[in-house]
Amino acid sequence: MKEITILSGKGGTGKTSITAAIGSIASSVVFCDNDVDAADLHLILEPAIREEHTYTGGWTASIDQSSCIDCGICTDHCRFDAIHPDRHGKLEINPFKCEGCRLCERLCPVQAISSVQSTNNNWYVSETRFGTLVHAKMGPGEENSGKLVSVVRKRARELAIKGNARYLINDGPPGIGCAAISSLTGTDLVIMVIESTISGLHDARRLYELIQSFSIPTYALLNKFNINPSSTTEIEKFLKDKSIPLIGKIPFDRHMVNAMVKGKTIIEYSDQIEASKVIIEAWRKLEHYLE
Amino acid sequence: MTTKEHPKLTLKLAIASGKGGTGKTTVAVNLFHFMSKNYSFKTQLIDCDVEEPNDLLFLQDCELESEDISTQLIPFIDNDKCTYCRKCVSYCEFNAIVVIPPVEFAEVNPSLCHSCGACIVACEDGAISEHPAEIGKIRSYKNDQGGFLTEGRLKIGSAMQTMLIKDTKQHAHEDVDVIIFDAPPGTSCPVVETVADADYVILVTEPTPFGLYDLKLTVEMLREIQKPFGVIINKAGIGDQKVHAFLSNQKIELLGEIPYSKSYASKYATGDILNNINIDTEIQYKAIIRKLMARYTQDEGDYNFKR
Repeated sequence: MKEITILSGKGGTGKTSITAAIGSIASSVVFCDNDVDAADLHLILEPAIREEHTYTGGWTASIDQSSCIDCGICTDHCRFDAIHPDRHGKLEINPFKCEGCRLCERLCPVQAISSVQSTNNNWYVSETRFGTLVHAKMGPGEENSGKLVSVVRKRARELAIKGNARYLINDGPPGIGCAAISSLTGTDLVIMVIESTISGLHDARRLYELIQSFSIPTYALLNKFNINPSSTTEIEKFLKDKSIPLIGKIPFDRHMVNAMVKGKTIIEYSDQIEASKVIIEAWRKLEHYLE
Repeated sequence: MTTKEHPKLTLKLAIASGKGGTGKTTVAVNLFHFMSKNYSFKTQLIDCDVEEPNDLLFLQDCELESEDISTQLIPFIDNDKCTYCRKCVSYCEFNAIVVIPPVEFAEVNPSLCHSCGACIVACEDGAISEHPAEIGKIRSYKNDQGGFLTEGRLKIGSAMQTMLIKDTKQHAHEDVDVIIFDAPPGTSCPVVETVADADYVILVTEPTPFGLYDLKLTVEMLREIQKPFGVIINKAGIGDQKVHAFLSNQKIELLGEIPYSKSYASKYATGDILNNINIDTEIQYKAIIRKLMARYTQDEGDYNFKR
């Protein structure tokens, strides 16, 4: 089983559409949506949920104002500026600022502070027309998305191994922070989807530096390469400098959006248009490298 | 009424989206440009997409004024003083400390540490001290029109993006008319941190199924934290009409629509969006700014937005 993670740095470069398209081409695949923050892969794969789990996230503290003696020890020790007097002058904790370190709870001399763990995040194992999908839905404003990524990846890996899948494909999150780091660790190969723009290149450079620190083989797929030839030339130069193999150049095509609107992968929509042909050929090349 | 009698009121806007690549940066940079140039507002743009800060790429006339290194305090355990009691381990909610008494091993994993200080309080042997470690850089720029750009840039490999966003926001100027916070994609803690101090949030979406789904998640988040918001539909003309239907159903303010244009996409590709701006784009952004201002002056009653 080979594990592939699709990343981009910049958001909106086409990671999810490309992941879904690979589903149409490859056989024996388990999918894992690592973009737990704003997961979209299920919109195309239309999963039938088989297992539902609650992910218990970080802690949030609150003060029982009736037992609080207003000593201020918690306020003095809170490094997240989360504890302030309310409009009646009684101390309260802002749940959105609380980091969940529980130091205030430990220090309170009258045990007026207690914490609860968030149960606002769910993750699922589902069946789709292309194979199993492990995905998640975070509650709004939740933290620890990196940990939730690790949870879904672990389950996806177990299922891929158990089911003798040939590939596990992770649809990655944007950025290079905790969620992206969690989606990179231990993967066999990264496909970097680069949008052919100045920001696409800027973000790919930062992503590539992160990937290199993990020494993971990386392949590039250029998207919307025809919107500006000079940006494309710049990106090809970068890829050549870093010896990153370019496995395909996908043109901007409104059919990509039309396919999404119809809930289809671009390959299902039409395998005769240029974008589909490029993705089919890119996957063929990758399979060859992975052998 | 003069500014001396009344402290200046700064309008704080945040730009967010849920889905990436919908045009947050484009909208942020254009609002910054038109507010400085056409309305003479003293404006500060704060790029809080610290993982991938892009605003500077589109603002070519910026001059670097200052650079600060943002740090987090990482505890260090002194093996000579440590008695391997593991109290720090039990205090650490982030599993960042490993202590193995039989082999006298005690270490902090910086990538898991949230710098909460609990381990310092826990340690009864005075074995833990804290030392700053870089999480990123905060750079401040000034442009020809007297506008300010502040950018947080996460150190590659750091997982402390929310902490850096918080630190970047500390660089907000007090004497500007408008502050624009440009948020990262998503709906989780970094976005909440970015929009936390904003008076109003501008959501940028695209009229596609992915755009709509992520917009709904973001709306849910903003309603939970009780932030007022409105929506700009970017790339109008592609996709379908379901975003429009959602907005009217939910009675969400539509601030404006920016049509998809292949020539604009080509200008964006090279970073050249503020030169030779076509008249339609200018009209759209001015209309959006007028709506924002009308909202603001209405909310603040007698206080006028301009000095």
